[in-house]
Amino acid sequence: MNGTIPAPTIEYALLAPMLVVFGAAIIGVLVEAFAPRYLRSSIHKPLTLLSLAGAFVITIWQARTGIPTKPSAMGAVAVDGPALFIWGTILVLAFVSVLLINDEGHFVASASAVPGSAEEERALSEGAMHTEVYPLVLFAVGGMLLFPAANDLLAMFVALEVMSLPLYLLCGLARRRRLLSQEAAVKYFLLGAFSSAFFLYGTALLYGYAGSVDLAKIGAALGTVGGQDTLLYIGAAMLGVGLLFKIGAAPFQAWKPDVYQGSPTPITALMASGTLVAAFGALLRVFWVALGGLQWSWTPIMWGVAILTMLVGAVLAITQTDIKRMLAYSSIAHGGFLLIGVIALGDQQQNASALSALLFYLVAYGFTTVGAFAVVTTVRDAGGEAWHLSRWAGLGKRRPLVATVFALFLLAFAGIPLTSGFFGKYAVFQAAVDAGATPLVVVGVVSSAIAAFFYVRVIVLMFFNDPAADGPSVVIPRGTWAVGAVAVLATVVLGVFPQPVLDLAHTAAQSLFVR
Amino acid sequence: MEPTKIIEHTGGVIGASWLLIALPLLGAAVLLLGGRRTDKFGHLLGVATAVASFVVGVLAFAQLMGFDPAERRRAVPLYDFIPGLTKMGLLIDPLSISFVLLITGVGSLIHIYSIGYMAHDPNRRRFFAYLNLFVAAMLLLVLADNYVGLYVGWEGVGLASYLLIGFWQHKPAAATAAKKAFIVNRVGDFGLAIGIFTIFTAFNTVSYAGVMASGEHPSQGTLTAIGLLLLLGACGKSAQLPLQSWLLDAMEGPTPVSALIHAATMVTAGVYLVTRSGAMFFPEGSTAAIAVTIVGVATLLAGAIIGTAKDDIKKALAGSTMSQIGYMMLAAGIGPAGYAFAIAHLITHGFFKADMFLGAGSVMHAMNDEVNMRKYGGLRKVMPITFATFLVGYLAIIGFPLLSGYFTKDGIIESAMEYSATLGWLAVLGAGITGFYMSRLVFMTFFGQKRWEADAHPHESPAVMTLPLIILSVGSIFLGAFLILGNRFMTFLAPAVGLPEHLPSFHPFSVAGLATLALVAAGVALAWFKYGAAEVPVTAPRGSFLTTFARRDLYGDALNEALFMRPGQWLTRLAVFFDNRGIDGLVNGLAAGIGGTSGRLRRVQTGFVRSYALSIFVGAAILVGAWFVVGNL
Repeated sequence: MNGTIPAPTIEYALLAPMLVVFGAAIIGVLVEAFAPRYLRSSIHKPLTLLSLAGAFVITIWQARTGIPTKPSAMGAVAVDGPALFIWGTILVLAFVSVLLINDEGHFVASASAVPGSAEEERALSEGAMHTEVYPLVLFAVGGMLLFPAANDLLAMFVALEVMSLPLYLLCGLARRRRLLSQEAAVKYFLLGAFSSAFFLYGTALLYGYAGSVDLAKIGAALGTVGGQDTLLYIGAAMLGVGLLFKIGAAPFQAWKPDVYQGSPTPITALMASGTLVAAFGALLRVFWVALGGLQWSWTPIMWGVAILTMLVGAVLAITQTDIKRMLAYSSIAHGGFLLIGVIALGDQQQNASALSALLFYLVAYGFTTVGAFAVVTTVRDAGGEAWHLSRWAGLGKRRPLVATVFALFLLAFAGIPLTSGFFGKYAVFQAAVDAGATPLVVVGVVSSAIAAFFYVRVIVLMFFNDPAADGPSVVIPRGTWAVGAVAVLATVVLGVFPQPVLDLAHTAAQSLFVR
Repeated sequence: MEPTKIIEHTGGVIGASWLLIALPLLGAAVLLLGGRRTDKFGHLLGVATAVASFVVGVLAFAQLMGFDPAERRRAVPLYDFIPGLTKMGLLIDPLSISFVLLITGVGSLIHIYSIGYMAHDPNRRRFFAYLNLFVAAMLLLVLADNYVGLYVGWEGVGLASYLLIGFWQHKPAAATAAKKAFIVNRVGDFGLAIGIFTIFTAFNTVSYAGVMASGEHPSQGTLTAIGLLLLLGACGKSAQLPLQSWLLDAMEGPTPVSALIHAATMVTAGVYLVTRSGAMFFPEGSTAAIAVTIVGVATLLAGAIIGTAKDDIKKALAGSTMSQIGYMMLAAGIGPAGYAFAIAHLITHGFFKADMFLGAGSVMHAMNDEVNMRKYGGLRKVMPITFATFLVGYLAIIGFPLLSGYFTKDGIIESAMEYSATLGWLAVLGAGITGFYMSRLVFMTFFGQKRWEADAHPHESPAVMTLPLIILSVGSIFLGAFLILGNRFMTFLAPAVGLPEHLPSFHPFSVAGLATLALVAAGVALAWFKYGAAEVPVTAPRGSFLTTFARRDLYGDALNEALFMRPGQWLTRLAVFFDNRGIDGLVNGLAAGIGGTSGRLRRVQTGFVRSYALSIFVGAAILVGAWFVVGNL
């Protein structure tokens, strides 16, 4: 200790994708501050899309020039194969979600106005809209990028908050059904803060155990520190609670239906795809890098969580009558399937195949879920989107194309062959069987069978029931149209010709996580 | 003399003999795939492919006759059929070429006849498509050089038969009859299939040449088992006891079908199978061969007895078909001494039975599709050509001296007599009954008073229908003498099936021959007194116990129903019960259970953030506790 603090070395080039996104977010804030209101929207839209596209291009370029084998930024960030793959996935999904956000009419004019008040009326008549949505989305995406790449628990916590706080806000900005939206925002915020506390407390306990918040150092300490096992177990469990909350695993799934339902649907799409991908990246990194040596103790617990998550998601979805809540429960069930991939640990080779299966699943599910929520935005009643399932009856007769596309996404969720969902599930289940987790796969298949019921029920409703006389109208703005097309393309191509993406995922997974 | 070696052959018409099968198959494909667009010319295309196939057959026959008799078994390799199991090839030898000429020749005539017979049917094109399909499948059956190829043809003719029996599927009786034929044949086909499996297991090959030249020597038991299994297949296809019940019902099909498939060709497939496999699996005096003769004799008597009691003209003819095939089976079971007679009788029967079936069709055509002979009578004056040709067929089948049936049936009876006196005398008895029931049929139809329905206006059929009748009746007159005298057919077939140690010679005045003639004459006389000279009541009298016995097809259906159908129905009811209560109950209960669970769990989602937080807290506590427990294990 000589009192000098060494200047940190930061590999700016490696962090460039995140920096681009955060930079664009800050510019977005400046735009909000200085640009006149009528210009803001036309500045934000290209800025947001360009920054996401630029970050994606940089990510590709990084992946092609060689994947680093050591953590960067003084060990705080690990830009490795899986991280780059996840970055690419998140950036594409965010780009697609922003296309959805761009279409008018999803966000409130004045969030602070009391719903139904004169102020709100006025804001609406002025044609105002919260353009803060764009910088908020960029901040959230920046957080999503950092979350799975964070190599120490503090950086990860910061990333968690950077990702979550803008999302809490965004949840409350729905133009219609204001009360539901605000309720969702408050619930998400309260429960998110609650779970963050668990995460932070777990971090503190693990620091107490290992003397470091660095994931690799915690991993190295596992075998060497004696007599502190209580700290370790409780700390690891609490950390797990924080992470499992974000992916919506049971018994921490309660927020998901309410929040998914109340949020503006484009934001739901972003959360259901981007947040899930980011959270799984972080979960994998923590459990494999830091707690890999503790696998014997967390595997049984994760088994329980995975089984409970799959069953709760699938069983509860059956009785849902709201399309967004149904998709939320479907997302919970898929979180359970993905957890199977987390558990499928083994030797080096096994890890790579499990990891690549998981990465493929994330890509496949991400696109399909964005597409599904995009379709939800198009089916509208006088009071906004038509959420109640009964309103979807006979859609196949009125708008066959929209209904067919939605049916395709549902079949992909169910994991029917020739859709991306089939290969995703197949790869994860295969990895789990190889790792000896066959009972888990059996539960997975049973849950899939239960889940198939409510997916098919919606298809039956759309195609074999007569449409109501005053049925909803279908409005497809340009951006939504593009999102639907991309999602259909991804779902079909990954279902028929998955090899390139499987190979890509395998290459990314080959290097595993750096320590 | 043993059958001669099979020689690989390329070139010439024989090299292109796959055309035999391909032509009618192409016709069927065009007519079935072309749909209604081919309605206009469908029947002409059907006839054209059948006739073209016949022409190819004749040319192939001519080329075959150009070879030395010892080199008349030509194998034409086609392609690798099932890699590792068998190649596909055709076997052109005296046996198969005889069938080819019969199938395509009689088949072409029946195709032509059908133009007239089906003229008013809206689905005539489909009918010709099925007929073509049948011809192709039947040719594959007799031409394949291996058992698997034969099996494909075997199933193909079964399919065509099913489609054609049920051609008027709007009639419930036709639909049921088609199903019955298919199901009964399934039993026989299973036997054949298992027989072929056993052949492959025992010889490691399924080609005729391979089995004959095989170095394997399976046990006698295996050989007997194969023989009996093949016999089971033959019984199904050829309507022999105990699988005879479908043939009478099959008469629901259009009459040309009855003539072609259920009289002249397909039903003789069993005889072909036994003859083709004779040297391999039915050697003289073996258990399997004895079984063949017993089945043959039993069926020839059963068929004849059924024939005596039927008032439906087609069913009477069907009983007669059963009976005549029984004769062929008997001959085929005897061995080399009988093969030539079996096949010769098969060919002459093909002619005279087709002649009579088409004649019956002509009568039905004239009588508004009436089949009950009690409503015929005196038709000889209004339908002179039909009557004349029918009369020729009738005389041929009862064995009137010097007509076809006389030579071939007498040959069978003589060789049976030499083989076993009991079987021989039973065959003679059968011939006598044949004389009775065929005369009854002719007297009831063409002689006596008119017993027509009021709206019947019988007339002679058009030339397109009578011309085939005339050609067939010419064959019915001369073919027998041509084939049998001087053992012409026996020496012709010898390369394929072998020769007996000493050639039979034709004795017109042997004991058996004279006895047969006497019995037949008695039968004819009895029929004349009962149905020719006496009044025939329009409604059938109740009759004695024996009449009922015969009318009810010797209780064959009742037996099947009691032994198989009722227990089968009980079994399905039991299965349905278990499916509904057990399996469905489980599945539905499970679904209901999941739904109920879902509904109950849903109430946990109260919407209160405080209860969500509590659930997270409890969940976290459980997680921490569990990890603690697991970690300290």
